[in-house]
Amino acid sequence: MARFIVRRLGFMVMTVVLASIIIFFATTILPGDVASQILGRFATEEAKSQLRTELGLDKPVVVQYGTWLGNFVRGDWGESPSMNTLVRPIVFERLGNSLMLAVVAFVMYVPLGILLGLIAALKKNTWVDQTISVGSLAFIGLPEFVSGLILIAIFAIHFKWFPSQSAIPPGTGFVEALPYLILPAITVALTSLAYVVRMTRSSTVDVLQMDYVRTANLKGIPPRKVLFTHVLRNSLLPTVTVVAIGIGWLIGGLIVTESVYGYPGLGRLLLFAIQRRDLVLIQSTALLIVLIYVVANLIADILYAVLNPRIRYS
Amino acid sequence: MTVPAASRPVFEVEGLSVDYVTELGDLHAVRNVSLAIHQHESFGLVGESGSGKSTLAMGAIRYLASNGRVADGSVRLNGVELLGLSPKELRALWGAKIGVVYQSPLSALNPSIPIGRQLAEVARQHLGMDSAAARGRVQEMLTKVAMPDPDAVMKRYPHQLSGGMLQRCVIAMALMTNPALLIMDEPTTALDVTTQAVVLDLVAELKREFDSAILYITHDLGVITKICDRVGVMYAGEFMEQAQLKELFKRPLHPYTLDLLGCVPHFDPTPQKRSLVTIPGSIPRVDQLPAGCIFAPRCSFVEAACTKARPPLAAVDKGHLSACRRWQAVPPPAEYLRAATEAVRGVQTACDTSDVLVRTSDVQVHFKAPKGTVRAVDGVDLDVCEGQTLGVVGESGSGKTTVARAIIGLTPRTGGSITLKGESLPRTTGRRPRSTLRQIQMVFQNPDASLNPTRSVGDAIMRPLTLLGGLDRRRAKDRALELLQSVSLPVSYFDRLPHELSGGEKQRVAIARAFAAEPGIILCDEPISSLDVSVQGSLMNLLMKLQVEQKTSYLFISHDLSAVQHLSDVIAVVYLGHVMEVGDATKVLTPPFHPYTEALLSAVPLADPDVKQKPIRLAGSVPSAMNVPSGCRFHPRCPRNLGDVCREQEPPWREGDGDHRIFCHIPLDELERLQAETLVLEAEEGA
Amino acid sequence: MVEPNVTDELFDTAIMDEEAVKGFSEPEQQERPKTWRLYWRRLLRRPAALVGTVIFCFFLFLAVFGPWIAPYDYEKQDADLRLAAPTLSHPFGADQFGRDILSRIIVGTRNIFLLGGSGTAVAVLIGTAIGLFSGYIGGTTDEVVMRLLDVLLSFPSLLLALVLLSTVGPSSLNLVFVVAILYIPMVARVVRSMVLDLKNKEFVEAARVRGETRSYVLFREILPNALPPLLVEASMRFSYSIFLVASLGFLGLGVQPPSPDWGLQINLARNFFAIAPWVLLFPACTIAVLVIATNLMSDGLRQVMLPGGGRN
Repeated sequence: MARFIVRRLGFMVMTVVLASIIIFFATTILPGDVASQILGRFATEEAKSQLRTELGLDKPVVVQYGTWLGNFVRGDWGESPSMNTLVRPIVFERLGNSLMLAVVAFVMYVPLGILLGLIAALKKNTWVDQTISVGSLAFIGLPEFVSGLILIAIFAIHFKWFPSQSAIPPGTGFVEALPYLILPAITVALTSLAYVVRMTRSSTVDVLQMDYVRTANLKGIPPRKVLFTHVLRNSLLPTVTVVAIGIGWLIGGLIVTESVYGYPGLGRLLLFAIQRRDLVLIQSTALLIVLIYVVANLIADILYAVLNPRIRYS
Repeated sequence: MTVPAASRPVFEVEGLSVDYVTELGDLHAVRNVSLAIHQHESFGLVGESGSGKSTLAMGAIRYLASNGRVADGSVRLNGVELLGLSPKELRALWGAKIGVVYQSPLSALNPSIPIGRQLAEVARQHLGMDSAAARGRVQEMLTKVAMPDPDAVMKRYPHQLSGGMLQRCVIAMALMTNPALLIMDEPTTALDVTTQAVVLDLVAELKREFDSAILYITHDLGVITKICDRVGVMYAGEFMEQAQLKELFKRPLHPYTLDLLGCVPHFDPTPQKRSLVTIPGSIPRVDQLPAGCIFAPRCSFVEAACTKARPPLAAVDKGHLSACRRWQAVPPPAEYLRAATEAVRGVQTACDTSDVLVRTSDVQVHFKAPKGTVRAVDGVDLDVCEGQTLGVVGESGSGKTTVARAIIGLTPRTGGSITLKGESLPRTTGRRPRSTLRQIQMVFQNPDASLNPTRSVGDAIMRPLTLLGGLDRRRAKDRALELLQSVSLPVSYFDRLPHELSGGEKQRVAIARAFAAEPGIILCDEPISSLDVSVQGSLMNLLMKLQVEQKTSYLFISHDLSAVQHLSDVIAVVYLGHVMEVGDATKVLTPPFHPYTEALLSAVPLADPDVKQKPIRLAGSVPSAMNVPSGCRFHPRCPRNLGDVCREQEPPWREGDGDHRIFCHIPLDELERLQAETLVLEAEEGA
Repeated sequence: MVEPNVTDELFDTAIMDEEAVKGFSEPEQQERPKTWRLYWRRLLRRPAALVGTVIFCFFLFLAVFGPWIAPYDYEKQDADLRLAAPTLSHPFGADQFGRDILSRIIVGTRNIFLLGGSGTAVAVLIGTAIGLFSGYIGGTTDEVVMRLLDVLLSFPSLLLALVLLSTVGPSSLNLVFVVAILYIPMVARVVRSMVLDLKNKEFVEAARVRGETRSYVLFREILPNALPPLLVEASMRFSYSIFLVASLGFLGLGVQPPSPDWGLQINLARNFFAIAPWVLLFPACTIAVLVIATNLMSDGLRQVMLPGGGRN
């Protein structure tokens, strides 16, 4: 078990390093001359070379990368040219907002998804199952800007129950932010719900066909007890993995949803940085998002191993 | 009814019919079957796949898939009618009055719950115990099934125990409440033969100790003789015959039973190789049953009247029921066997060095694993001579398959040498020239995987003809059609895809494909073990026939000692990557034996209740090939362990008559003296 | 007397004696149909999948023949029609420049099919090649290749797309390139797992022992058996690529104006949402219908081609 975790940790570090290389090179090397971009095409050659020296761009690429990664690890994330402030406080402010949205969405779709998935599996091949399966299929991959805009049309513009935009000011607390979070969270939940439903359904259907469920039934144990002690313990394992991996997406991947609602989360920050071509901001935000994803994957792996004795004791 | 309670059957099934509802309408999977089992009695339900034996058992206790239903009949347990009980009432019986043991113990137990808790569930549900009392009861039960260290086992998860141990746990669970009925559905099929013997002994013992009536389902006629008092033979959803065990084997009164007994190789080390009885055709589909007797189209005693009306299962003798209207015409087995089989060839043991086709010398196959080295094959010396069959027998983990894979080059050997006609063979297929590749062919174990699902039968056979035989497509096609006929398949199969074939037919195609290259030797890796007994018999006949025609050598690998002795001229017994004993088939099967061979012979279930086998049982299970024991690798389990010598020193090869060699510290004459009664085959005439 | 079934109340886990009813659940098997015909018949029994396929084919038709079907020129601006509500002559209304929305949707279909389709096609080709070789060779090569692909997979796909597009700039070719890069690892993984499953099958070993070349084994023995899951994967990838291309368009990083990109149209229409919701709702609903139809179709494909197996 310890070996397992150490191996996973090693792999995680490797992934982050490789990802940071991709991000660094995509943002620093590919776009061409950064100095010209910052100073404009008509800047003098001296000014440009002076800026390059300032930014360390005259050094070899490897050294630049090392400096950048070292600074990132130390917490020196640089200054954003487009916002003229330090990057780290902004990113963390947005991370807080993203977390709030993630929590609300999580509470909305995880329990409901598991419940619907279970019902579909237990009522396999009936109209209930068909409805749930086809319904969830319809929402999988439905772009959030489509579902989000339709939700706004209905609940914000027509019924006026919720605000149509969620551009909360910095420092808003969770309770005050809650009304602004409902519609974005529903939008996210609609997409994610389907994954949880489908995973729960398919693994439960599989487990229900296992011999040990027959054994349990033929022990004369009541169906409800069979479900809770024998079926769920095994059938929810893959769901746990899907949900844990989903957390990464909830925090760092809601670029479209945040953009539809104007919600100031990490995703929107990244989009803003890209639109302004603010490389410093892009690098830090992107690497943070990758970090969140990788940690979510790690949690998923460890949870799976902890809950599964076949891995725990091998 | 004034039958005294004691002699009334505990479990009675009368006129039971079970249907499955499918797109094609209702399928009558089991039709009008009856049986009765008394207390302490065990009833063996035998039949090939598709005979409906599991459907009968599960239908009787009302546990069917949602598309299955009991259409008719009556099932009584201790006089209580089961049909008509509500689900709740049934659940009060399941686990309490009815215990079930399953084929695969590993999948029958929940992988994520400790074993102790799974067993305790039964005690808590049906015996009203709290968790502490239930734990005590589980401990007691585990002790009764001879489980070493029950406390530790209770904390384990299923994947941490061996198959034999797990099956004991499942048996303990099923007997927890001392149920009136114990259903055992192929409980030892997934186990190794020595483990199977231990479990069968245990069941026989528990049968006396507990009050249950046992319904024992199996396809294995040999296992039946170890455990059952009474036997019912099923065919396509109906009983063909029911009788007391000895009666059924001595004097079967239904042609199907007679044929089944003839399909199984008999254990007689004679120098003549005879064919086995075959049953033409295959089991009819349940929706396409013939009008009269359902066995009539395949029966060798059929007459016109048989195809008119279906004969009922009726008493023909005291306690002997047969569904044959011509039961009086059914001859005794020995007589039938002589008439229905023929001598195919003599045993071929004489072999000079010049006749040796394939020779392995000190072959080793070691794999690197994360926690050490797996010594799958650890110094194997074998010779296969031209036209000869070398049988390699061993349990799972013995490395017998790996030896074959090393010979053919699929798994590169890590040491030793392999020669073909005196020339050293490169380690992998990639380095062998076509002329060499052509000489060695293989028939694999799993018929479903040995043919490419997207390629037609004809393609599969033609490819070696064009690639290795150098034929053009037209000539290859002609030859492929010939080969199809030689393996007794219709030429219309040429265009079929594998999924349209049965398991036995796929294996015939695989055999045709192997012969297409006109090889010197064919490595047969358990080619028949996944098939029904009647199909096994016909495949063994086919292999023997082709061998005589083509003068091919076989390396026949199997865990089934009966099949190996039937086909082989020379037998090698392997254990944990090493040969324990090798020699002419007759020599290996008569004393002196290696103690491991002795244990195998004692454990193999023979389909003949008259054979006396001395119970020699091995402790524990085969060690991991990562920790091969020191000295003699068999010493930790050896019943004839001499102590320090065996533990510390590698045994010598002791040479017997001819090429008979035994890898043991005990001298041959002493072994012979000790082993006189291991296996006593009674003369057939004594029957 | 017919017994009610107990297991209806339990979960449907009871055994069905498979041997006893072998070959009955699939009546087609008796008639030996060609595999594709078998798939087709199974598809006919799944109404949702069938509806999805029909709708998908309809869009495919629009993608090919769109410019000839569209009632108006999609670029023609008409000041009188600015934000005009749906009428008989303009059933979906007109946008802020007075362009016919229906025509823009019809012509835009080609865009989304071309970008998503060619991106998916490139991903399938390269991914299949990587998966085949990496899986078959195995060992360290396989380990390294798979780890690299895992790194690509550990990026959130939209983030990777945005970062890449922000550096190379949004153009049709770059979009195809980005879609391909995103989906190569997924396709490669599916193919590799099939190869790992198949390469130790006895029929592949039989090919090896008769001395077949590596490419024969890969392309003639293994690949044909990996085709059904590959096709299912491709159709799923295509449905995701529609999602991705539309999302990128919405974020302004897709195809640039004035091309009739659905996502882009929606983004621009947001400003007029309160006064002219149709400008937004019609393209949005079109995307919804296409994505749902593609999903239903690819799920149907999975059930038809990989019955029993193949998880999502």
